[in-house]
Amino acid sequence: MTIITRQKALLTRREALLGGLAGGGLLLSGCSRILQVDALTDSTSFQRVLAVAQSWTRATQRFFLAGGQMAKEYKPSDISPHFKANGTLNPGGDDYERHVAEGFVNWHLKIDGMVSHPLTLSVADLRRLPSRSQITRHDCVEGWSAIGGWTGVPLALLLRAAGVRAGAKYVVFYCADNLDGDPAKGGEQSPGQYYESIGLVDAMHPQTIIAYDMNGKPLDVAHGAPLRLRVERQLGYKMAKYVRHIQLVSDFRAIAGGHGGYWEDQGYDWYAGI
Amino acid sequence: MPTAAAEATSETDRRRAQPRREIIYRHAWPVRLTHWINALTIFILVGSGLNIFNAHPRLYWGQAGADFDKPFLAFARPWPDWLTLPSYMDLADARHWHFFFAWVLVMNGAFYLAWSLASRHIQRDLWPTAGDVRAIPRSIADHIRLKHPKGEAAKRYNVLQRLAYVGLLALAVGMVLTGLCMSPGFDAFAPWLVAALGGRQSARTLHFLFASAIVLFIAVHLIEVVLAGPLNELRSMITGRYAVPGEHD
Repeated sequence: MTIITRQKALLTRREALLGGLAGGGLLLSGCSRILQVDALTDSTSFQRVLAVAQSWTRATQRFFLAGGQMAKEYKPSDISPHFKANGTLNPGGDDYERHVAEGFVNWHLKIDGMVSHPLTLSVADLRRLPSRSQITRHDCVEGWSAIGGWTGVPLALLLRAAGVRAGAKYVVFYCADNLDGDPAKGGEQSPGQYYESIGLVDAMHPQTIIAYDMNGKPLDVAHGAPLRLRVERQLGYKMAKYVRHIQLVSDFRAIAGGHGGYWEDQGYDWYAGI
Repeated sequence: MPTAAAEATSETDRRRAQPRREIIYRHAWPVRLTHWINALTIFILVGSGLNIFNAHPRLYWGQAGADFDKPFLAFARPWPDWLTLPSYMDLADARHWHFFFAWVLVMNGAFYLAWSLASRHIQRDLWPTAGDVRAIPRSIADHIRLKHPKGEAAKRYNVLQRLAYVGLLALAVGMVLTGLCMSPGFDAFAPWLVAALGGRQSARTLHFLFASAIVLFIAVHLIEVVLAGPLNELRSMITGRYAVPGEHD
């Protein structure tokens, strides 16, 4: 009698255990269907709800970084032996190939838009200006990190020289690479052409530089030769490579896809401090 | 004689027919509300977190780590689409879900902690007493035999429950901190915390391990709910009312 009861009880427990596990599994797999997560993800109004978090994050980080805190700088021994190159690895096209062959002596960086004195500077011009060197960690939105040494001209110095006019709020960077195809056609706002934008707070930060050297050597093609942006307190996709035109604007909604950058036009957040 | 026997029988029958189960008010409304918000939030955070993880399914120890570096843990296969949120691989959308519900988790958690500390719920109901600590071996034995407390003992959390809930709170705090340490903006604000955790990639690895521990907690939690009486347990987390299992049940 007792034995039977015990067996019965054990069976019930085993059933309960299996039931619990199966229930948990069903809950996990079934919930995404019940919650209609894919349909919700595709809905623009729901995306607007989720986007609220981006503004909270930006406001919070702006508040806590109001002191202009610096990103951590590392020792030369911390430099990653292999710094992963991502995005465009070689812009290609006749125009860029010619610049590579010439050693970028005819590459010019144009600074215009809402400035008092538009500037056009060669790489040699930039190398003659005061520079800043920093060893920093590069954080990709995908999750990986690499540490590299960068030397370049502080963007703040260039912007002061150009004279930012009242009302300018964003700095837009136009690049020579096209992630969708051939960069030689269509101009800087054609589909797929890489571009980025940052606010003036980040643009004037001391660690925001137009870099021309990486780990003591001129930038190689995979890492953005001859000029790339470093914005150390944001993710890698903000750090435009192959930069040839900087424009000051009050609004970026009229530029390309209207979200302030190549990846932003694909749905990534404009504020990339997280 | 027959009368007395009949009386005794009917008394037993009556007790059997109407077991006087004591109903107690077990969970206060803030516990119930934050519990269900958390349940949904953690479900979404795990799903979107696995989607984000699939963008680079390797974990490292230290500040840096990428394809060329030795991984701490590398996954051969991405997480299947029925586990990720959204079900298709989309880092941008997964981040939107993740960061929105990370804010929900933080606000819900802050409210829970503030209420639980002010009402002494944590100190009274969750923090193990000295007697609880001494009862750990017996409690482990009871759990292995799937023996659940009855009567007076069922009115309070047992020591393993207390440790599990306090541990879960610590894990939740750990999730938020390791999550923040992956943010380059936060890292400029508190580089010391990133360093204390071993670096940004260590924080990412810990974020994954803590999340795994939370998923393990949820699995055990669900099994225990089923074993302890799913309807009574569910009701207690919805209405607050809990039927105390009798000594002879």
